[in-house]
Amino acid sequence: MTEHTPHPDLAPPASAVGFVGWLRSNLFSSPWNTVLSLFSIYILYLAIPPIISWAFLESTWIGDTREACADTAGACWVFVKVRMDQFMYGFYPESEYWRINLAFGLLIVLGIPLFIKRFQHKGKLAAFILVFYPIIAFQLFSGGNFGLEHVETSRWGGLSLTLVLAGVGIVASLPLGVVLALGRRSQMPIVKSVCVVFIEFWRGVPLITVLFMSSVMLPLFLPEGTNFDKLLRAMIGIALFQSAYMAEVVRGGLAAIPKGQYEAAEALGLSYWKSMGLIILPQALKLVIPGIVNTFIALFKDTTLVLIIGLFDLLAIIQQAFADPDWLGFSIEGYVFAASIFWIFCFGMSRYSMALEKKLHTGHAR
Amino acid sequence: MKKIHVFASALALTAAMTSNAFAGATLDSVKKKGFVQCGVSTGLPGFSSADNKGNWSGLDVDMCRAVAAAVFGDSGKVKYTPLTAKERFTALQSGEIDMLPRNTTWTLTRDTSLGLNFAGVNYYDGQGFMVNKNLGVKSALELDGASFCIQAGTTTELNLADYFRANNMQYTPVTFDSSDETVKAFDAGRCDALTSDQSQLYALRIKLGNPDGAMVLPEIISKEPLGPVVAQGDDEWFNIVRWSLFAMVNAEELGISSANVGEKMSSSDPNVRRLLGLEGIKGSGLGLSDDWAVNIVKQVGNYGESFERNVGAGSSLKISRGLNALWNKGGLQYAPPIR
Repeated sequence: MTEHTPHPDLAPPASAVGFVGWLRSNLFSSPWNTVLSLFSIYILYLAIPPIISWAFLESTWIGDTREACADTAGACWVFVKVRMDQFMYGFYPESEYWRINLAFGLLIVLGIPLFIKRFQHKGKLAAFILVFYPIIAFQLFSGGNFGLEHVETSRWGGLSLTLVLAGVGIVASLPLGVVLALGRRSQMPIVKSVCVVFIEFWRGVPLITVLFMSSVMLPLFLPEGTNFDKLLRAMIGIALFQSAYMAEVVRGGLAAIPKGQYEAAEALGLSYWKSMGLIILPQALKLVIPGIVNTFIALFKDTTLVLIIGLFDLLAIIQQAFADPDWLGFSIEGYVFAASIFWIFCFGMSRYSMALEKKLHTGHAR
Repeated sequence: MKKIHVFASALALTAAMTSNAFAGATLDSVKKKGFVQCGVSTGLPGFSSADNKGNWSGLDVDMCRAVAAAVFGDSGKVKYTPLTAKERFTALQSGEIDMLPRNTTWTLTRDTSLGLNFAGVNYYDGQGFMVNKNLGVKSALELDGASFCIQAGTTTELNLADYFRANNMQYTPVTFDSSDETVKAFDAGRCDALTSDQSQLYALRIKLGNPDGAMVLPEIISKEPLGPVVAQGDDEWFNIVRWSLFAMVNAEELGISSANVGEKMSSSDPNVRRLLGLEGIKGSGLGLSDDWAVNIVKQVGNYGESFERNVGAGSSLKISRGLNALWNKGGLQYAPPIR
């Protein structure tokens, strides 16, 4: 009896594997897709080479003056290079740049252990960063004590101001938002109505109006001589505004937790704050990480609106540089630079949020 | 509608109260602070802009420096508050700044209803035209039938329509949303001429691919006198700002510049001697030291020097003096005598 041996599988046809196969299944699987693919490739062909040649091949990087770019067809990055310090630090005195560097460096050093898995005291460290770090950073930025020269907030600017505004907004709006969200779901009528009114008020006005009111109307109503710092007013405005949005994001998470969880927490005899803190919020916040990060990214980009009240954040200080009579006509380079900085930060935040979601993924997701 | 009026008048009242509350006190508070808090534009080529070290310069900035030189004898004692167009008046009304030289057009409404006073005119601006050189046009009156790149929704658009109707000429408007788009369109040849405030045309010209291919026509079709503004109700301070400007204009007229002010101290010309505080009323009228004008000229320069350095031949803008020449040289800059 001959044993039956099945014929060995034939190798798949060359047109179904490898690069050709990938092309066939992804780009040219149907006539319509083929048309779309060819069209997209044509658009890319039109757009990419000029961009690359403008930004890299024909651009100028070397020099210190406008004359260095006299015969360049591409970008004049000299403009950005010459202004780099100002774009980063604003009008902060040059001899004191180290203070800003130290403040941000300290944050990075303090923050690293939070990402190390085996580090034991994450809670304590996080509390230290939230409570004491802002005080240290403020002392470094503003000075006036410990022999540091006082630097007024009107001289802060550039990327460091953008980060300060976004950092304060993020740190203040998350806890405020959580409290507001809990308040809005509260059984107590006064607490509930206060939270509802607060949220609906701040969500109902554009941020630009908030900033504008704080800078244009508020000083008229305050008694003469009470000069409330412009940056502080902007920070408060941004924090309150974003906390209303954050509250609604968190409320979405709270609403998604099944009622059984609330009842189970009560059945264990936990107080309201304990049941929220130990059972409900950890689950709810985990669910809404994408929403929270979305709000943070929006907040980061919204900080550019402070330019309408004359604060020089990254975008405003770049625009301000366009007005230098020695450097007229380099607005494209400036905007491209601003866009890439913003993109780096926003992309970083979104990747971090994806990593966080993955890490906290504990099986509830289908 | 009525409510809005009530609100507006409440606002105006608040503004008036705040400005009256410190009548006569600005000079004292400035001296106490040790610097002049000066509101400038957040960035306008030639008028106020910061270099890469964060030092402000420009025609408006020189106005601040002149006042600081007059008050303190040191033109560096100025702090700048960059302001947007919308918040500039509030900053002055609320006392956040001491003076506002921020390319602000002097109009009746602003002078009378905002609790402000215009201390003079440091730049006579107005709407002008820029054309492509190969059009071969030498005057705006030859622009019949031309197409214009205009920014939509501005007074520029209305002034242009008025000017052409008054002169019985036709034109084709090509409107855009922002000034950058307008320049790009002009550069691409989508219109024959570009219209905007003349001081801005020179800055826009530099942004063109080939700046030498375009020229600014001499005509000005609207009046935009720009000048430093102070809060109403403090005449002492108002006088200081106003006469700081006049001192610069008078210095140019008398031929006193930052280079020769030292020699001029020994001049026998009574006009020169009165300006330099060697005789006559000296500084007492303004409550300043006798060498107030000397300090202005020495540290900031006369009006002509400031003009040439910031917007004129010494700058990249290369604006001609035009209306801003002295009265005896065909312009409008005229200062009352110091005596």
